[in-house]
Amino acid sequence: FNFFFFSAGSILAVTTADPYANEKTNRFVGICIQRGGKGLGATFVLRNVIEDQGIEICYELYSPRIQAIEVLKLEKRLDDNLMYLRDALPEYSTFDVNMKPVSRLDHEEIPVNKLQVRMKPKPWSKRWERPKYNIKGIKFELPEKKMKEAQKWSQPWLEFDMLREYDTSKIEEKIWKEVSEELKK
Amino acid sequence: SITGACRAIQKLTRVRVVDNSTLGNTPYHRPPKCIHVYNKTGVGKVGDTILLAIKGEKKKALIVGHKMPAAPMTPRFDSNNVVLIEDNGNPTGTRIKTPIPYILRRKEGEFSKVLAIARNFV
Repeated sequence: FNFFFFSAGSILAVTTADPYANEKTNRFVGICIQRGGKGLGATFVLRNVIEDQGIEICYELYSPRIQAIEVLKLEKRLDDNLMYLRDALPEYSTFDVNMKPVSRLDHEEIPVNKLQVRMKPKPWSKRWERPKYNIKGIKFELPEKKMKEAQKWSQPWLEFDMLREYDTSKIEEKIWKEVSEELKK
Repeated sequence: SITGACRAIQKLTRVRVVDNSTLGNTPYHRPPKCIHVYNKTGVGKVGDTILLAIKGEKKKALIVGHKMPAAPMTPRFDSNNVVLIEDNGNPTGTRIKTPIPYILRRKEGEFSKVLAIARNFV
């Protein structure tokens, strides 16, 4: 089978219909940094660096303007959200526009690229060293003191918190009914 | 200390001049800043004209890309890009290397000369 699938970290080439482009089509090659939205409004953001200028385009997967999506290289990275590529050195976001699609066999698993990305000097757009983002794909060259300070914001109780999964809607309804009856009296 | 880069262009945002004009490329101890946006709201998006203060002079410019996420299917640049322009709409420089969004072609009449010197489109 040829399932069409890609994840954050794979390199795609998208051709859209554009009324303002000559030849009416517009081709953009880039790495997918995040996939968001559900259903018809699902989007994916492609990033590339062209002529020293970083460009990101958010495409809607099911928009009729998209004519073709080619997966040039299907691979996964260590994280789902590669927004930190904005603060990484531009060499990690540059991809050749005329890249040839990398062939892969159907039954192979999706390869995981364990690349550790080097960052530009701080300040960054977000504090990626904090455990809330849980990023594994950056090679932090910060001093140990900063890494320890970042761990102050970790919330180790979060994974053991049962009330997050517990459905309290029925209990809340009962309490609300009682309270409203008391108020009416 | 410096404030973070402004996402859309308004008064006092530092911009990056993208064409090869002398005024835009000669180094100066202050970066070019926007002092007025020719818009009903003071926020400039792609295709708006702004007034720039460069090297102690006032100059009009056209916004070609900003950091703020715009409509889907439109590009979002990593820096606020601007092309220097005269009062009648003629660009000051002769070449634009950085990519320009295709959306600018909407107002073909005013910016046709800017689009003519642009090399890459996105």
